[in-house]
Amino acid sequence: MSLLEARNVGKRYGPVVALESASLSVDAGEVHALLGANGAGKSTLVKILTGVIQRDGGTVELRGEPVRVSSPSRAARIGLAPVFQDPALVPDLTVAQNIRLTAVDVDAVRQRLREMDVDVDFTEQAGDVPLPLLRMIDLARAMARDPQLLLLDEITAALPSDLAERVFAVMEDWRRRGRSVLFITHRLAEVIAMCDRATVLRDGRDVGTLVPREIGERQIVEYMLGPEAATAEAHAAEVDETPLKGAAAAEAAATTLEVTDLRVGSLAGVSFSLRAGEILGVAALEGQGQNDLFAVLAGDRRAEGGEMSVTGKSLRPRHPYDAIRSGLVLVPADRLLALLPQRSVRENIAAPRYNRLGRWGPINPREERRRVASAIEALQIDTRAQRQVRRLSGGNQQKVTIARWLASGFQTLLCFDPTRGIDVGTKRQIYALLRRLADDGAAILFFSSELSEFPLVCDRVLTLFGGRITGELAGEGADEASLLRAMHGLVEEVAS
Amino acid sequence: MSTAAAGVAARVRPNPARLARRHGWTVGVYVLLLVLLLYWQTIPANWGSFDVQSLAIDALPLAFAAMAQSVVIISGGIDLSVGSLISLINVLSAKYMIDMSFRNALLFGLLLLVGSAAAGAFTGTLIVLSRVPDIVVTLAMLFVWAGLALEILQIPGGGAPQSYLQLGTGHWWSPWIPSGLMILLLAFAIFWLPLRWARPGLALYSVGSNRNAAYLSGVGVARTRIFAYALGGLFAGLAGLALSATSGIGDPNAGQYYTLNSVAAAVLGGVALVGGVGGLIGPIAAAFVVTLVKTILILKGVDQNWAQVIQGTLIIVVVMIGGLAIRQRART
Repeated sequence: MSLLEARNVGKRYGPVVALESASLSVDAGEVHALLGANGAGKSTLVKILTGVIQRDGGTVELRGEPVRVSSPSRAARIGLAPVFQDPALVPDLTVAQNIRLTAVDVDAVRQRLREMDVDVDFTEQAGDVPLPLLRMIDLARAMARDPQLLLLDEITAALPSDLAERVFAVMEDWRRRGRSVLFITHRLAEVIAMCDRATVLRDGRDVGTLVPREIGERQIVEYMLGPEAATAEAHAAEVDETPLKGAAAAEAAATTLEVTDLRVGSLAGVSFSLRAGEILGVAALEGQGQNDLFAVLAGDRRAEGGEMSVTGKSLRPRHPYDAIRSGLVLVPADRLLALLPQRSVRENIAAPRYNRLGRWGPINPREERRRVASAIEALQIDTRAQRQVRRLSGGNQQKVTIARWLASGFQTLLCFDPTRGIDVGTKRQIYALLRRLADDGAAILFFSSELSEFPLVCDRVLTLFGGRITGELAGEGADEASLLRAMHGLVEEVAS
Repeated sequence: MSTAAAGVAARVRPNPARLARRHGWTVGVYVLLLVLLLYWQTIPANWGSFDVQSLAIDALPLAFAAMAQSVVIISGGIDLSVGSLISLINVLSAKYMIDMSFRNALLFGLLLLVGSAAAGAFTGTLIVLSRVPDIVVTLAMLFVWAGLALEILQIPGGGAPQSYLQLGTGHWWSPWIPSGLMILLLAFAIFWLPLRWARPGLALYSVGSNRNAAYLSGVGVARTRIFAYALGGLFAGLAGLALSATSGIGDPNAGQYYTLNSVAAAVLGGVALVGGVGGLIGPIAAAFVVTLVKTILILKGVDQNWAQVIQGTLIIVVVMIGGLAIRQRART
């Protein structure tokens, strides 16, 4: 019997259609995936189901009864508990206060966290708790309400693999108890492993409900992208799967970035060099020092010890401006850290360029337009909603963060999880773009929380564990098993 | 209440670094107040209980105004109409209380408090419904309340029964315990403490801290914001009544002083203008600090205009030191 039945649900903001007409049916006792490319309308549908926004059309039924979900608290009362992409914890309250705020029993949440083997200090202010833990708290809080349906919106995107495992265990348990889970993710492997059925959205409509285990990853992608796009993708995928190496060029090129015995925060002495034309991967579990490494290179934090040099010149950035001037630029995982959300695409792309302008005098608009246009073109940014960057989909926002540096020029690109929360199609475009940049002589340092990306993207991969480099693998050899071993510091394998 | 018990049990676990982090500012303000008090009592030739009482009298309305402002700022708003609402309550009470018995005066005072909370709720509702920014709506309400106050009493006048004045200017038990101070503590204990650690108080902080997260946590954001302004209105009403009790008259322009000084006291007391941070204990002390600095400068014979310059400088220095301390912490 179906637990939740949404029929022809739609939502528009003025002329912009966020969700055309989507139907979704979740059975009792199933883990159901909601899939779709960025901007397909997944988040909108979840927000409608949980009362964050109100639908314009269609019906929602819970156990055959029509319901009107007018607010998140109403959703919670009728047994729909969401865990959103951004943790819904108030930063200035302690964890315990946050839980009491939602009128959930603190001990019940504590119990849930203990079952998941997650250790949380309830007296800590939520703003001081690391993001992955916040998501686990959010999940425990949702579960403590004992809802009929858990809605998990990209919960695994920011989780290290060990915590993700525990989320899967929770989903299993929920199914065993005859409850349901609506699971939203971009990681198709998780969908195939975990979900009984999947509903695919495309351009604001549902295009089919399928059984992922039977149909396989490739066909799911086809559903998500649509028939024409999928054929094109298939070609792109074939090219992708035999990773393009800038091979010879990389060998010959001079070292661009040289890091020697770098120490800061949890980083306990790291040395490596990065050559022009090379994509160097950094693989690590959560919190092994990768954040500090990227922060120091981007000039966001000062090193506590060690040396950095760019093309032979010693570098000690005291401010991101210093790093940018030396050609080191950052593409962060959290796009809103890099963008001016209320401003236009054009302004966002042009912003870093203003560094290089003379202090006085007008900006040359023709030159600016030309550079911005060529960056938009190169990245195939969808500019329908270009007046405010915050209205773009996640994938397009990420393209804008890269486009900024393309327009202003750079030497070394620091990509910190650049594909987090981005759909398959856009991901591939980004891989191809990175490779093209490297072929044109850029050096790229690449961190990702998705291990399958390393062999596709990188020439070499370093693994970081406990603030030290524990291994170096050639790009092709960086399959998940060997990466995982090295990431846990288990082998000291150095590929030639 | 097992949940409350768990919360309390968790809270008492000692962690000095965190305690310092969370309450450092408040402690700092009280240390500053103490230093000023110690210095102050050396200045007048025969300093005594009379000086203590006049300090309490001077500071009482500002302390209430600071509470009014702090509640609103914590919830993520700002209330520029605090001062003129104080004027309005002040002239209403002075105009009508003058011939009343003590009992009737008290009842009328209660009525005014209800009215002033309703006025705050009205402002809050206007903000929530119109979606016009807080600062714009409360600026408009500043003019509305100020105009009404002038309509009720064109020139300073009116008064209150002697027994009522005693509430603001008298003392309890010993001449060292000003009754105004006790009423302040009482109001704090009745109107704030029960809220602070209960759900309405948490809702207040959550709305100021991150409105979206609060909404997703099931907090009625609109309701909470209106509630914040209503509570602010209540404290502003107390400030207005305190003003009539301490000054003995109604003055339609007397409230102006409190509009920006309440913001100053809130900020000095550790309430962050971005919302969600701070409490009322700090701003109360800050109101005394602001008043005491003024008193000391007068005693020292410093020119009035320079006294203002010094007061402004003090605010910047204190907030800067607080900000530096926070940044220092973030680095470690």
